[in-house]
Amino acid sequence: MAQSTVGPKEAAETNSAQGTLVKAYRHMLLARVLDDKLASLYRMGKIQGGVFLGRGQEALSASVGVSLRNGDIFAPLIRDAAGRLAFGEVLLDSVRTYLGSRLGPMRGRDGNIHRGRPREGLLPMISHLGAMISVVNGILLAHRFKGIQETVGAACMGDGACSTGSFHEALNQAAVERLPLVLVVANNQYAYSTPNNRQFACASLADKAPGYGVTGHSVDGTDLEACLGVTRKAIALARAGGGPQLVVANLLRLCGHGEHDDASYVTPALKSSAAGRDCLKLAEGCLIAHDLATPAELDRWRSTATEKVEQAVAKVQREPAPDAGEEDWCAISTRHLSEGQFQ
Amino acid sequence: MSITYLEAIREAQARALAEDSRVFIYGQDVGVFGGAFKATKNLAQQFPGRVLDAPISEDAIVGLAVGAAIEGMRPIVEMQFADFSTVAFNQIVNQAATLYWRTKVPCPITIRLPSGGTLGGGPFHSQNLEAIYAHYPGLIVMTPATVEDAYTMLLDAVALDDPVVFCEHKYLYYHLKADRLPTEAMPVGKARIARPGRDLTIVTYSAMLHESLAVAEEMASERIEIEVVDLRTVKPLDTDTVMASVARTGRLLCVGESWPWGGVCAEVIARVASEGFALLDAPPQRLNAKDTPVPYHPNLWAGHRPTERSIAAAVRNLISL
Repeated sequence: MAQSTVGPKEAAETNSAQGTLVKAYRHMLLARVLDDKLASLYRMGKIQGGVFLGRGQEALSASVGVSLRNGDIFAPLIRDAAGRLAFGEVLLDSVRTYLGSRLGPMRGRDGNIHRGRPREGLLPMISHLGAMISVVNGILLAHRFKGIQETVGAACMGDGACSTGSFHEALNQAAVERLPLVLVVANNQYAYSTPNNRQFACASLADKAPGYGVTGHSVDGTDLEACLGVTRKAIALARAGGGPQLVVANLLRLCGHGEHDDASYVTPALKSSAAGRDCLKLAEGCLIAHDLATPAELDRWRSTATEKVEQAVAKVQREPAPDAGEEDWCAISTRHLSEGQFQ
Repeated sequence: MSITYLEAIREAQARALAEDSRVFIYGQDVGVFGGAFKATKNLAQQFPGRVLDAPISEDAIVGLAVGAAIEGMRPIVEMQFADFSTVAFNQIVNQAATLYWRTKVPCPITIRLPSGGTLGGGPFHSQNLEAIYAHYPGLIVMTPATVEDAYTMLLDAVALDDPVVFCEHKYLYYHLKADRLPTEAMPVGKARIARPGRDLTIVTYSAMLHESLAVAEEMASERIEIEVVDLRTVKPLDTDTVMASVARTGRLLCVGESWPWGGVCAEVIARVASEGFALLDAPPQRLNAKDTPVPYHPNLWAGHRPTERSIAAAVRNLISL
């Protein structure tokens, strides 16, 4: 999937670290604006099912997306709007899936964050945590069979997914096959409501890396520059044949598990800790400090993002919903073997 | 020259590997060792780099196969025993089985399940799980009962664009022999009249076909002519062939080695009762394993699953109704 371009001016800058910083920030911003709009639509009762936001995790997520390149594989999880946009997912895919448009990639058959375009390297997550990692392994192994070289697969997940058998099996599998897998763990301190101390007993999730024989990296997940540095490094190492990489970022989700959750379990101490800082605001400070943007430019970028989101929502709200009467109730591609007649 | 059911499975895989560069085999001990049952004997040597030993990670084995299929490969996964596929259950029923419906991207993977009871197998090396996989939309479930079907249906499974759960019966591995590999195959999803008869229909599949045929032979001497239908695939289920047979005989007995609750026999009876009630001269019957784990000791095992004796008793009972 081609990475989306942000504009002609920025395109010239993409090769520089500073250009990447701006690009990543603008994806973060678009994701934040999109998330805010989705939350508002949810409160208005316009979205069926859950809404899962990436607030507070955009720096890490966008860093993964902008660090991948054409031909790479990306398996995002539920808080990766920024990474998806940076990887090249169009805004309409998200809005259409949340609003259940029949024109979206999932056609109303699946919703919210359960979307993707597998043939374009963007995998549609299933809800079972850790389950996408081995699927990424399979694509990378297929690349090896087909002689496709120097592609990388990145899978995003949270602290809770590290407790699953799927995580263990797949990371070990990738290590045995020495696949170019980059596992990115956003340790946002809670798996739904369960805090870290009820989830794992090691000092840091990055401590798991040596046990699998893979390289581990730790990073401050609120710091965009640091996240970009570590994801680019891990992806470069994997691409160069260094085997799987485990990136663990420390941060705090600045919202509930879903919009139905008030997150009352998050302690005040954590909220006021370094992990609780808003990565978007920190990134803005960073851009200004590096002379990469003025406050006026930041405002303009936000207006542009808002306009894009509003236009996408307005367009999708006029699109047709799926129709049970017209739905093709066939779960397999070999149509004549379908059991559809017994319904 | 003769060829066993197990050799037919090996030969089908050898042919698939030879004819299609997208095919590879992934599973525990399938490499140089040739598999726990030798179903991949010499394949790693014949096809270097395409028959890969996997760690003991059934979940990741199937997940990897799904990923490879997305990228255009045709993986064949060997579960060492069908029983262990429950560790991969999530990847099979939630990942592989939903992919096409969710995304329009087909998932051509074949998952081989060495199934069914053998002497001394016990609770965790004897299971038949076709019903639980057939329950999920998005999967094709094959249960070959003959050497010929083991060969041609495995080739069909690899060629199909959908995920196939291929339930091969371990008891048939060595017991069943044919003179040669078949050159023709029945279409996928068609049941076969394994023996014609006019008094009663037995619908069965996999190893129980052979017990049922033996009973039919025995009953012929009592002038009871049994028609035996081999389902071949349990999903899709060839209801037409079953219904046509029941129309001829008026009596239906379903025989399966697996557990009774919500199983293939229950499904066959539900369809015949709801769509062909008027064809029936007696209540449809089923014979399954007992609703307990599969016992280890041969004495208990013989009492757990249907046998020639219990099938014959069920036939006599049904004829008397």
